[in-house]
Amino acid sequence: MKAIRKFLDKIKPNFQEGGKFPKLKSTFGAFESFFFVPNHVTTKGAHIRDCMDMKRNMTAVIIALLPALLFGMWNVGNFHYQMTGEEAGFWCQFFYGLGQVFPIIVVSYVSGLFLEFLFAQVRKEEVNEGFLVTGLLIPMIVPVDCPLWMVAIATMFAVLIGKEVFGGTGMNIVNPALLARAFLFFAYPSKMSGDKVWVAGLGDAEKVVDGFSGATPLAQLAEKGQTQYSLSDAFFGFIPGAIGETSTLCILIGAVILIWTGVASWKIMISGVAGLLLTGLLINACGSDVYTQVPYWHHLIFGGFAFGIVFMATDPVTAAQTETGKWIYGFLIGIMVLLVRVINPAFPEGVMLAILFGNICAPLIDHFVVQANIKRRKKRALAK
Amino acid sequence: MSKVIKLKKGLDINLKGISELDVVTDTGVNEAEISIKPSDFPCIKPHLEVKVGDKVKAGSVLFTDKYRPEICFCSPVSGTVTEVRRAERRRITDVIVKADGNEEFEQFDTSNLGSKDAVKSLILKSGVWPYLRQRPFNIIADPQAEFKAVYISTFDSSPLAPDYQFTLKNEIDSFQAGVSLLSKIAPVYIGLNNKIQDNIFANVKGAEINYFEGPHPAGNAGVQISHVCPVNKGENVIVVDPQAVVIIGRLATKGVYDTSKIIALSGSRVDHPCYVKTIANVSVANILDGKYTEEESRIISGNVLTGTKIDNNGYLGFYDNGITIIPEGNYYDFFGWALPGLKKYSVSRTFFSWLCPKKSYDLDTNMHGEERAYVVTGTYEKLLPMDILPMQLIKAILAENIELMEDLGIYEVAEEDFALCEFADTSKTEIQAIIRKGLDLMVAESR
Repeated sequence: MKAIRKFLDKIKPNFQEGGKFPKLKSTFGAFESFFFVPNHVTTKGAHIRDCMDMKRNMTAVIIALLPALLFGMWNVGNFHYQMTGEEAGFWCQFFYGLGQVFPIIVVSYVSGLFLEFLFAQVRKEEVNEGFLVTGLLIPMIVPVDCPLWMVAIATMFAVLIGKEVFGGTGMNIVNPALLARAFLFFAYPSKMSGDKVWVAGLGDAEKVVDGFSGATPLAQLAEKGQTQYSLSDAFFGFIPGAIGETSTLCILIGAVILIWTGVASWKIMISGVAGLLLTGLLINACGSDVYTQVPYWHHLIFGGFAFGIVFMATDPVTAAQTETGKWIYGFLIGIMVLLVRVINPAFPEGVMLAILFGNICAPLIDHFVVQANIKRRKKRALAK
Repeated sequence: MSKVIKLKKGLDINLKGISELDVVTDTGVNEAEISIKPSDFPCIKPHLEVKVGDKVKAGSVLFTDKYRPEICFCSPVSGTVTEVRRAERRRITDVIVKADGNEEFEQFDTSNLGSKDAVKSLILKSGVWPYLRQRPFNIIADPQAEFKAVYISTFDSSPLAPDYQFTLKNEIDSFQAGVSLLSKIAPVYIGLNNKIQDNIFANVKGAEINYFEGPHPAGNAGVQISHVCPVNKGENVIVVDPQAVVIIGRLATKGVYDTSKIIALSGSRVDHPCYVKTIANVSVANILDGKYTEEESRIISGNVLTGTKIDNNGYLGFYDNGITIIPEGNYYDFFGWALPGLKKYSVSRTFFSWLCPKKSYDLDTNMHGEERAYVVTGTYEKLLPMDILPMQLIKAILAENIELMEDLGIYEVAEEDFALCEFADTSKTEIQAIIRKGLDLMVAESR
């Protein structure tokens, strides 16, 4: 520890103004503050400060993502061996999944962080930590067979067009990870939807076990009104789907971590679930085709709703920022998920579009909450 | 009719080094040095009325405000003006008076205090007026303005704050006299701590009494006002702290400007946290001599959330009733953001210190991170018990949007109300400085 500090102190002058590499100041700063919380002290105002900083905040989200990520890795192996019909033990399945998923994570981080560092350097700012979470979210919401070059392009598109053009971290309108997925979804639909992409190796497999289907339960429900997977399969996550979205249980563990640490808004999660359930009840009552008759609460555990409402909708930058607004925002997302899933015939899954829609509506929701506050104040002034 | 108002939002930070009651050291004012600092008063421009070498009494005018010349700033001691310190562009930073130990007072005429104007004029010329601060803007009250209320919060809920039940227990007559005098300017409202049994302020006459309960900032006058008599556009409320009411009371009864008070000396770096009898604006060197660990310590005039950093021969701030000394945080923390952090205090539960909620902490001045963009939402809202949208107001100030600031309630707030938001801010911005900037903009706009 002291050796690292000594080394950093020794090479630090090279990266300051007048040193050998002043252009790498932000890069050096990012690595230095990775090892050490800096020795900055307060000067005025509050002399003491909470120990929480952006790094800690993002770390908490990453820890909350880990159960779903690790399960997702195992599940990739699980379905791959189901497809080939080979016998494989737990660790064998896990390491197969790790081998499939890890490259996607690396590509996502490298391509995104490259742009983040570049922009920080050009703007002469510190490197913001926001991408630490985005870089892990992207691999968790794509199909495992998504080619790596697509991941790289989508990530760079999301960072550049989704975030940096608006001014960087904290200024973006839509969630960058979801933007990356939307980019892939509309640019390369054959690699992002259908029955072939959700199981590793299914797309170009020579031999597949008889009767094996790579279709997600939602696709089956949309088509036939029923699925081969049981409710407990869906809850524990033994279903095909995007890498991190399948296990409702693991996502719930993440949700508990996020709510307990106070990092994500429970209001958005609760109102999102409420919006989905109420809309589901309504659709159950009025709908006529097979998909509308799927019991309303099944939508909680099939597909990406749990992952979306816990990890994506709660992104504080793109969610509503007022506390009242968060209730409305979550509820709106809950409603939109079912509208896109069930009423819209084009897509069996609607979480991504619902949250993007919520992101775009969030400033409007906030506007009305702020106006209500302003009106209350003006009314009080008149009332005296 | 008195009300009990329970506030849920806020935070009590449990710090080590609370001053022990009934230990009072009298440091005396003989030969002490005092300094009146114009920087204690936002939005004034000092105009010197004395020169170096002049003899002054307690209550003699040292300087006035160029914008509002009727506001006088007076010496709290009798002695000699020894120095006028200036910074760049000849800006005055300190007017220093060395006490001669004679304790001579200017005598003010206290007969004929029937009218509001007579009371105002007495308070103005005696140098007590600067103790009256106004909402909006948190500046010295405008002598020309009409006020809808005078507000006194009788408890300070900030960490390690002085306990007025103790420091003012023998001053309750002066307090009553102060309240009676102030009630001639506008109706007086008093906020009491509902948790205190046998409150010494409970029987004060001539004022509306309300009770408050809840974590800091429940004791902030601004927070209490927002629940009792909120400030609308065009209205003014005077805010006075209870120690200042006592000083006003002494003026009313004895006709003198007597600032003697008991202040708290607290914080983990103080060997024996205690109370000290002294006067306003005094040099802290005498008070601190040998009572604290000098190495790597931060001396704060006031409390840890809103006070001012001073050095070991600095001076007590005009409005401050305490000195707090805590460790400096000038160190690198190896993987501090990643380790479990059992000893790290946080409003969030991202550090495992939530396992022991009752523990008291020895917090230092480290920022625990670097400034970042505003990302996290919902933190400020949990710490501000007022009908204000903190994040939106802060952003309006940063955008210098005067109209939006007005709409979002800038008239109701002071820097101190946002101190906890600044403490808990994940983005490590200086929120109180931002709020002050917004208030300054509004003052400039209204002049």
